[in-house]
Amino acid sequence: MNRVCIAGAGVIGSLFAGYLARVVDVTVLTRREEHATALNEAGLRVSGRGEFTSRVTAATSPDALPVPELVIVASKGGDVDSIAAELAGHWPEATLMTVQNGLGADEIVAGHGAWPLLTAVTFMSGTRHADTHVEYVLDTATWIGPSRGTTVDDARAVVALIEKAGLKAEAFDDLRPAQWSKLIFNATVNTVAAVTGLRHDSHFAALDEPSDLGFLVRNLMDEGKAVASAAGVTLDEDPWEMNVLATQRGHRHAPSMLEDVQARRLTEVDMITGSLVREAARLGVPVPLHEAMYSLIKGKEASWD
Amino acid sequence: MGLKICVVGCGAVGSLFAANLATLDDVEVWAYDLAQAHVDAINRDGLRLTGAGEVVSRLQATSDAAALPACDFGIVATKAMHSETAISATAHAFTNGCVATVQNGIGNEEVLARHVERVIRGTTFPAGKITAPGVVQWDVKGDTTFGPYEDKPAPFQEVQRLADACTRGGMPTTAVLDARGPQWRKVIFNAATNPLGALTGLTHGRVCERPDLRRLASTLVTEGKAVATAQGIVLDSDPEELIDYAARPEVAYGHKASMLQDVEARRQTEVDYLNGGIAEFGRKLGVPTPAHESIWALVKGVEASWDQ
Repeated sequence: MNRVCIAGAGVIGSLFAGYLARVVDVTVLTRREEHATALNEAGLRVSGRGEFTSRVTAATSPDALPVPELVIVASKGGDVDSIAAELAGHWPEATLMTVQNGLGADEIVAGHGAWPLLTAVTFMSGTRHADTHVEYVLDTATWIGPSRGTTVDDARAVVALIEKAGLKAEAFDDLRPAQWSKLIFNATVNTVAAVTGLRHDSHFAALDEPSDLGFLVRNLMDEGKAVASAAGVTLDEDPWEMNVLATQRGHRHAPSMLEDVQARRLTEVDMITGSLVREAARLGVPVPLHEAMYSLIKGKEASWD
Repeated sequence: MGLKICVVGCGAVGSLFAANLATLDDVEVWAYDLAQAHVDAINRDGLRLTGAGEVVSRLQATSDAAALPACDFGIVATKAMHSETAISATAHAFTNGCVATVQNGIGNEEVLARHVERVIRGTTFPAGKITAPGVVQWDVKGDTTFGPYEDKPAPFQEVQRLADACTRGGMPTTAVLDARGPQWRKVIFNAATNPLGALTGLTHGRVCERPDLRRLASTLVTEGKAVATAQGIVLDSDPEELIDYAARPEVAYGHKASMLQDVEARRQTEVDYLNGGIAEFGRKLGVPTPAHESIWALVKGVEASWDQ
């Protein structure tokens, strides 16, 4: 594999672009013209766990970019549809890989073309300081599995490339168990953090007083597990145990939805909690607490008008 | 013979009672409050109400509980979390008197009953805010209901005597034998709406015009009604009607719930006595209240976030 295109260069897209450019040619498809210009002129600086600057070729249209073998669709969930629409008719031989939170990003892309598809979830995190500067914060893995027209071998090839570039990745025969574990974890931790203003810390696992947040967190996760079970998915990890472990590590991570709320940006709640609630409705599983969290986040977004 | 009435906690609601009662010739009003500037202003210039009613009253205010005389009645109007401190400091003034609460939430009567012998259960709707020391803006007029507290009841004729004084003073008040219905209606209303405003930042009207949040309010109402019913309490009217009524533009569409004001000012909220109160009663009675428990935990989480 010689050329990878990163479609959507937020935090995750920038991290992939910066690292992968150390081992292959990287192109970046951006939404804004000045973003593309800045990347072409200054390159992409990575700080934090790495400290280097990568050369990339950026443009706002696929017509202006050379044909890649792999496209990583790394936008926010809400932008997947418009990016896939823009890619429609281009690069039929390329494999497209989605890395969005929630479920169904690969299905959205599938509606726009016949590309082979991989599906991924990523646990790495960072902070975007500028169009041309991303800080690599949490060096956790990206999990990759086959979606349409691909096999686990295709996933392994991408994993090998990502590892060679200096990031962490793992291939799965079936990503759904891991994807659902992460979805339930995220739908719970992100919304609770965003509504309360609390970073992900020991409050989320506290079960001492009746008003402790741990009960709500566990109840939300139990609702999510019931949906996964109805969908026939055996979870890879227990989200509650993921929560307890993460809070014991004690680094008080600020989930992205909390950061969005603090910056008064629209959140990814439609992609995260929304996809869980939609699956629950399809399967006839009641999820009143997730619906409540969804309504509260939507209300919060509306309060900024 | 005249009455001595002490308002314990002379914030906005306490000031409405104190200033109105002090207009009566046969009532001597005392106000106990820890905000020294407010106390000093009241003693110097009187207590002034503006807005829904214009009143200027002379009364005696103090932050020193030892200065209070023996009173016939107390009216406790502190924030619910300050009940214990306030009544333990002032109980000596009510050795032969009766003490009413006009506070938000449930559980206040239980606290008062640990310190005084004759307790009056109360619920009040008037609202306002202190705009300067000694000056209170009266935003909303409304009724008050008093009734004997079941475990340590004040004699009903005393309840009637206090209600009569409040009514004559300009705060329409009804004495009833069972005041739990009006109280639970208000608690359910507050618990179903205040935290949704506090958690989203939306005014009451904007909460109500979002169908999913309005449904969440209804879920909270339904759980609250089940807890009330399990205690044999008959609500005097449906909190749902009060929610929709308050959402009207001319009523409280643009009103920021007191809990939202507390959250914006990073003050501890009364959630323990609203959603927490309903959840605790539900637990004791075996009535599930998952929505109240969740909302309670979220608001406590908001309060905890201020220490991070």
